Amino acid sequence: MTSTRQTSTADTAAVANSSATVLAVDGLCVSVRSESGLATLVSDLSFTLARGETLAIAGESGSGKSITSLAIMGLLPPPAVRVTGGVIRLGDTALTGLPEGQMRSIRGDRIAMIFQEPMTSLNPVLTVGSQLCEAIRAHEPVSRSAAQARALEALRQVRLSQPEQRMGQFPHELSGGMRQRVMIAMALVLRPEVLIADEPTTALDVTVQREVLDLLRDLQRELGTAIILITHDMGVVAEMAERVIIMRQGRMVETGNVRDIFARPSHAYTRALLDAVPRMGAGASRPSAAHSERKVPVARLDDVSVRYDVRAGLMGRVSHRVHAVERVSFDIRPGETFALVGESGCGKSTIAKAMVGLVPHEGMIDIVGHRVTGGRQAGAFRRAVQLVFQDPMAALDARMRVGDLVAEPLVIHGIGNATEQRKRAEELMILVGLSPDQLNRYPHEFSGGQRQRICIARALALQPQLVIADEAVSALDVSVQAQVLALLRDLQKNFGIAILFISHDMAVVENISDRVAVMFLGQIVEMGTREQVFGDPLHPYTRRLIQAVPLPDPDLKRAPIPRLTGEVASPIHRVGFGPERRQLVDTGDGHLVAMGDR
Amino acid sequence: MAGYLLRRLVQSALILLGVSFITYFLLFILPADPVRQIAGRAATAETVANIREQLGLDQPFLVQYSRYLAGLFQGDLGRSYLQRTEVSTLIGARLPATLQLMAAGIATELVLGLSMGVAAALTRGKALDNSLMITSFVTVSAPQFVVSLLLLYVFAVKLGWFPIGGYGTFAHIVLPALTLGLLGSGWYSRMMRSSMVEVLRTDYIRTARAKGLTRARVILRHALPNAVLPVIAMIGIDIGIFMGGIVVVESVFGWPGIGQLAWQAIQRVDIPIIMGVTLVSAAAIVIGNLLADLIAPFIDPRIKLR
Repeated sequence: MTSTRQTSTADTAAVANSSATVLAVDGLCVSVRSESGLATLVSDLSFTLARGETLAIAGESGSGKSITSLAIMGLLPPPAVRVTGGVIRLGDTALTGLPEGQMRSIRGDRIAMIFQEPMTSLNPVLTVGSQLCEAIRAHEPVSRSAAQARALEALRQVRLSQPEQRMGQFPHELSGGMRQRVMIAMALVLRPEVLIADEPTTALDVTVQREVLDLLRDLQRELGTAIILITHDMGVVAEMAERVIIMRQGRMVETGNVRDIFARPSHAYTRALLDAVPRMGAGASRPSAAHSERKVPVARLDDVSVRYDVRAGLMGRVSHRVHAVERVSFDIRPGETFALVGESGCGKSTIAKAMVGLVPHEGMIDIVGHRVTGGRQAGAFRRAVQLVFQDPMAALDARMRVGDLVAEPLVIHGIGNATEQRKRAEELMILVGLSPDQLNRYPHEFSGGQRQRICIARALALQPQLVIADEAVSALDVSVQAQVLALLRDLQKNFGIAILFISHDMAVVENISDRVAVMFLGQIVEMGTREQVFGDPLHPYTRRLIQAVPLPDPDLKRAPIPRLTGEVASPIHRVGFGPERRQLVDTGDGHLVAMGDR
Repeated sequence: MAGYLLRRLVQSALILLGVSFITYFLLFILPADPVRQIAGRAATAETVANIREQLGLDQPFLVQYSRYLAGLFQGDLGRSYLQRTEVSTLIGARLPATLQLMAAGIATELVLGLSMGVAAALTRGKALDNSLMITSFVTVSAPQFVVSLLLLYVFAVKLGWFPIGGYGTFAHIVLPALTLGLLGSGWYSRMMRSSMVEVLRTDYIRTARAKGLTRARVILRHALPNAVLPVIAMIGIDIGIFMGGIVVVESVFGWPGIGQLAWQAIQRVDIPIIMGVTLVSAAAIVIGNLLADLIAPFIDPRIKLR
């Protein structure tokens, strides 16, 4: 660090003190060539980045934030997307217009980048060690063994356990969080002046996100790297950045000190964006749905287990079992929203599959008085339960018109004639806030949020008693997410539908649910009303999950959560062995928590 | 691993058994009569009946087949009707020539196909890409007897660079291998191109570029091993198609391999030879597939054989 600055004046200091500026973007324009001429992706974007500071570029999908980062790296997809104006300067070097050979020597050495998808960002056929070493040797004339020593040091620095072993492992042998640590190690091993982190934690579980964010902050403090943090998550912005640029449709909407922007957003879009962020504690003001315990539950699960066999050996004997869901019991009452929350691999989606008979299970699942078995279910039962999935584009047949998609359940169940089905489809479109004259369009003509509305309309076509929403809002931008959640709440109020809401997002769950079950490794560790679970979390895992959620409040600085040590628990057990069964005990008024873990 | 190998070998044996049954059955219901071929047109009805009895061809299908199978299990492929020689001897004498031609042909199609595919993928949408894809389309569509005759006419007859036919020196193998390789290169270049285009779009290629690696290194070390994986699986399957081409090419170029043997045997309904060549070809295909599957884990560590 050449100069000491106060964080609150970092903004002005960076502009005034040009020696501290490592990266300057001036009037950047990026365009894509399409059939209808040039379309602008980023227009007239200017900002500076000072040594050691973190600048967040926040915005929703299509805001141009990722394109900006690729433009800085000189990695825009050729030949269609090009920088059409402005200058990007790294120190005294103008990056725009730099020949590829010189740009290459800057990439990875002076500017490094980490990406959103740790699962696909590492080459599957090369070992972690060789991918790290080549990053070093691409820029510095060091021997193989010297590179290896530095790679190992970098792995230690990102706090990866057993770094020597990791060097020889392949990416698929590591978890998502571990792979992202490898990416960070790879990006920081040459001590770049600028690190661009494009949604670095979006694909990670919330507790892993927490650890990776802490790591990034610690490393920045240690190495003095300037970070450009691209994110859609205002919670991450509040926790990580000193300054923020809010972008929308390729333009900078607002910029300034994070604290100021969060406290006094001047632009209407910023205000809307901040309002749409689901906040922990916001749901507390809303009363839970009236307890209707006397009514017959819509769904009842008793001691439900789902296990998959792992075969090995000469004869393909079953050697291990994956205990995906282990002795889970709960019921869902008419008109309530029951949330299953947990991190990836905890078995929450498997429960949904078992409930509609898509995977075989042990134990008892009773839905609207129908005993679910493996295999094909009775028509009446299939009408009563409908599903909404995470990715609406994948859930809608791209070659079918929306009208046919929404009416398809009616066609399958032979309800009404063509005219009646069409009429029903029109009603459903209005119900989910779309227009009936959009029925003749195809799914690709809609936005992500609209597509999810179409999926909801389709799920409602048969007037189900239970809708299973499996991460139904996770792929949506926050503002759209808020709208879809409001829609679900409205529909529930008007039609008394019960919703099983499966999510990894604690803040969303806290906003929509009446009752909550927290799952860990296939078992429920805590269950109760929203007030009970969020107001008085009793299980350590629940507390860990709640603490890990980044809050959109820059003034709130929490202590980093304790790092987990030792082996990550696994749901795979040898035949004849199983996970230790967690006994749920009632701590009063139906608040259940796993005993022994507290 | 040992378990996997054992299971695959048992599977392969069952496949060969099935092939032998189907081929034998097809030859049995064939209207052509091998006895007539042996006895000649002038033979009396008595001679014909005698020969038929001698060869056991008067027996019902299942008896004939089980006799053949019994011999097969003892490693006996039977005797040729016309050449009065053990089929295994005939095939054994000609197999090395065919294997040489196969190796040369496969090497040609892979070298041509993969390099054309990679070049096309890297110049996607440009003139080179278009001309390479048109070339591959032509080589895939052109019948082999046409290609072989064309090559013969230009390079052997007109230019005199290579001998017109026969076997022995390196010059002899060039034209037949090129004929075989051209067809395959069309297939492989198209497959390699689409596989490479897909890999070049992946996140890990972007990561490799973000590290500041040279273009050559990104392509050779990061993209190529991933792109070549689906192609390797194809090589195993491709050997089957290849065997069909070998029959044609060996006949045109007078290459003394088992393709030529099969060609002659089919014309004379020499059932033991047809059976023998079919089984050897089937074994080659099965082994080729097995090898392709065994190589895959060395390139992609995610593949586990079990």
